[in-house]
Amino acid sequence: MAYSDKVLDHYENPRNVGTLDKDDPNVGTGMVGAPACGDVMRLQIKVSDDGIIEDAKFKTYGCGSAIASSSLVTEMVKGKTLAEVEAIKNMDIVEELALPPVKIHCSVLAEDAIAAALADIKAKREAAVKATA
Amino acid sequence: MQLDFSNNYFELFELQSVFNIEVSELDQRFQQLQRVLHPDKFASASDAERRWSVQAASRVNEAYQTLKQPLKRANYLLELQGLMLNEETDTQMDPMFLMEQMELREALGDVESSSDPYAALDKVGVQLNSQINDSADAFLASATSEDWPQARTVVRQWQFLEKLRQETKSLEARLDDAEG
Repeated sequence: MAYSDKVLDHYENPRNVGTLDKDDPNVGTGMVGAPACGDVMRLQIKVSDDGIIEDAKFKTYGCGSAIASSSLVTEMVKGKTLAEVEAIKNMDIVEELALPPVKIHCSVLAEDAIAAALADIKAKREAAVKATA
Repeated sequence: MQLDFSNNYFELFELQSVFNIEVSELDQRFQQLQRVLHPDKFASASDAERRWSVQAASRVNEAYQTLKQPLKRANYLLELQGLMLNEETDTQMDPMFLMEQMELREALGDVESSSDPYAALDKVGVQLNSQINDSADAFLASATSEDWPQARTVVRQWQFLEKLRQETKSLEARLDDAEG
């Protein structure tokens, strides 16, 4: 199966590969996995106090489309607010990367990784509010 | 001969529909069926009979491949319970498990650049095999007590381990090639 140019570009030059400190109160970590193909994806976002995503890193073990989807997501989320990021849907990734139907699940994985990272940062912030209350 | 296509794969080989089958019995019955269904036996048969024998042989093969491999057998037992793994859209897994998987994959990624690649590969392999054995035990326990949701969770995790096992195999082949 042929990959689109955009998938190849992200696959060959993945953006923002790496790790942020998961114990940092401003870092949200999302870990997701796809049992069908055994892909594992970690997406991390660093959020400023006023709710803007300053940095994003990913690490994905999976096929080219999974790597490209998560690489693209790190670019998409940077500079956005949490609410804006929440609105990102997998079809945005599918369109941007021209993913074929058999690879749509890779974009679902990336969307779920965003959701998991957002849930993590929200949980951290709520815990912090409770701790000071 | 009679071969009931409505039978499940276990019944096809006259086995109980359980995880801990005797693999030697499976092998034996598979060979018996293969002999009975061999194309030579249908050389002078009618077209309809020949067609039937080809279909039957393919069903028997598929059944054998499914039951022979423990993970596929576990998956099939879930299927018989009407449990779909819902694999592509259900990505929520135990974060601790995923973290561990990430670390194992990182360790595998470092194998080739390590000073003793075979030793490094072996270390990953040992941990992986022990986890796969644990999965098989855990599946047997939850299937026996008919805790199917738990059995499903076990299989979902097992699939990550199996994928990684295949990757360790191909890495080992690559190391062997580089050596020779």
